[in-house]
Amino acid sequence: MSVIYILWLREVKKYLRSRVQIVASLGSPLMYLGVLGFGLGPVFQRAGEGKYLQFMAPGVIGMTVLFTAMFSGIAMLWDRQFGFLKETLVAPVPRLLIMIGRTLGGATVAVLQGTLIFAVTLIAGFRPASLFAVPLAFLVVALIAVIFSALATAIGSSIKEMQGFQMVMNFLVMPLFFLSGAIYPLEGLPRVLGALTRVDPLTYGVDGVRGLLTGRTHFGILLDVAVLLAVGVLFVVFGAWRFSKIEA
Amino acid sequence: MTIIRVQHVVKSFGKVTAVNDVSFDVRAGEIFAFLGPNGAGKTTTIKMLTTLLRPTSGALELDGLDPTTDQTEVRRRFGVVFQDPSLDSELTAWENMDIHGVLYHVPRQIRRERSETLLRMFELWERRDDLVKTFSGGMKRRLEIARGLLHTPKVLFLDEPTLGLDPQSRNQMWTLVQNLNKAEGVTVFLTTHYMDEADRVADRIAVIDHGRIVAIGSSAELKQQTGTDSLEAAFLKLTGTSIRDESATAADQMRQVSRVWRR
Repeated sequence: MSVIYILWLREVKKYLRSRVQIVASLGSPLMYLGVLGFGLGPVFQRAGEGKYLQFMAPGVIGMTVLFTAMFSGIAMLWDRQFGFLKETLVAPVPRLLIMIGRTLGGATVAVLQGTLIFAVTLIAGFRPASLFAVPLAFLVVALIAVIFSALATAIGSSIKEMQGFQMVMNFLVMPLFFLSGAIYPLEGLPRVLGALTRVDPLTYGVDGVRGLLTGRTHFGILLDVAVLLAVGVLFVVFGAWRFSKIEA
Repeated sequence: MTIIRVQHVVKSFGKVTAVNDVSFDVRAGEIFAFLGPNGAGKTTTIKMLTTLLRPTSGALELDGLDPTTDQTEVRRRFGVVFQDPSLDSELTAWENMDIHGVLYHVPRQIRRERSETLLRMFELWERRDDLVKTFSGGMKRRLEIARGLLHTPKVLFLDEPTLGLDPQSRNQMWTLVQNLNKAEGVTVFLTTHYMDEADRVADRIAVIDHGRIVAIGSSAELKQQTGTDSLEAAFLKLTGTSIRDESATAADQMRQVSRVWRR
């Protein structure tokens, strides 16, 4: 446990010390909240869908968690480039513990970032339907964070160059976000788009958070959580397997 | 007493043979220099001894254990300073030491006491709470060595530890390594391109070229064997004067197929 704890603590300490990273990572969510939230708000309301900020705030929280968790994969490339990874690879501890420590650290950072954005949405005017549901919503946020932090570990274990991660961001992370229903309702989508949204794990994450915070859910909370748990286990196993095969 | 035994070890990466039928022994408590031109097989040998690579054939032994089957136990017995830096520059010196101590299961109290002893010895105690990114190259190298010694290893591997350091830092570092070797009896296995350093600190020297050991003995023995009056001249006589830069192709091939040998 101490190995997992110390590697988790390392990630959290580095995040809390990096004020620039904290501020910079607020940029995209704020832009989405500001531009889309207020820009599309009137259209959304005229369509009878209610207040757009109420709809999209959970999506922006999901987006923040997705992006932050996936960036933990970059941290791994950084560790590979600057050598710290090798220090952990020659240590007399199972690789699985190292992977879990790193993944939980990345996930915690993502949850902290999601919490910050949640606070921003409250300032912007978002109001949860029930305060009691907020802790439950953050359990779903934590699940999203673990899923994508584990995926980032798997990807970070498989590629060696920063440029490779740029491709991952463009061809995996952005589609995951845009297909998740974070910024549009899932009802009435064209068949292909609808099918794609259903294979995106973030869709269930955003739906779960939205359901708990606003009462509006497409799949139902139970199904959302069940899918997230299943994908979480799958991605953690996949991440551990890729990490066990990491090259020197 | 022998602490490292390498017997007929071969390491191939596809068509490239990096280490070719290498055999040598290292005695407990000695400072052993492993010298060779670029791409001669030094780092590959260290990676095999430190469980990061599995030999294609041959036998390895570290403190009576086989690094191919007893990885965890072998890892407890050595400390290593890699050719490339391996500190977390966003953490403090103390935090880097602490993480290492936890990874090597050093009990908390011992971890603290030994970290303090080593940081004082390596003249880093006053800077223990500073982020490593604010350190000079020499300070970082000293911290890496201190960290490598935290779990009281029997063998310390130093892969070109003085690369890029100024003469003052190099001199200070080797003095510290020699003192530690005497005080703690730790066996030191080092590689370097600075012949004067090997001449100064090493009890015995092995020269590897094209993946094969071409000479082994004390500095005086190597000079006598080659009829030269300096270790550098002996080294050049043994390995030739042509430049041995690793070709990009060979290096790339190695990187592509080399895999950390996992648990």
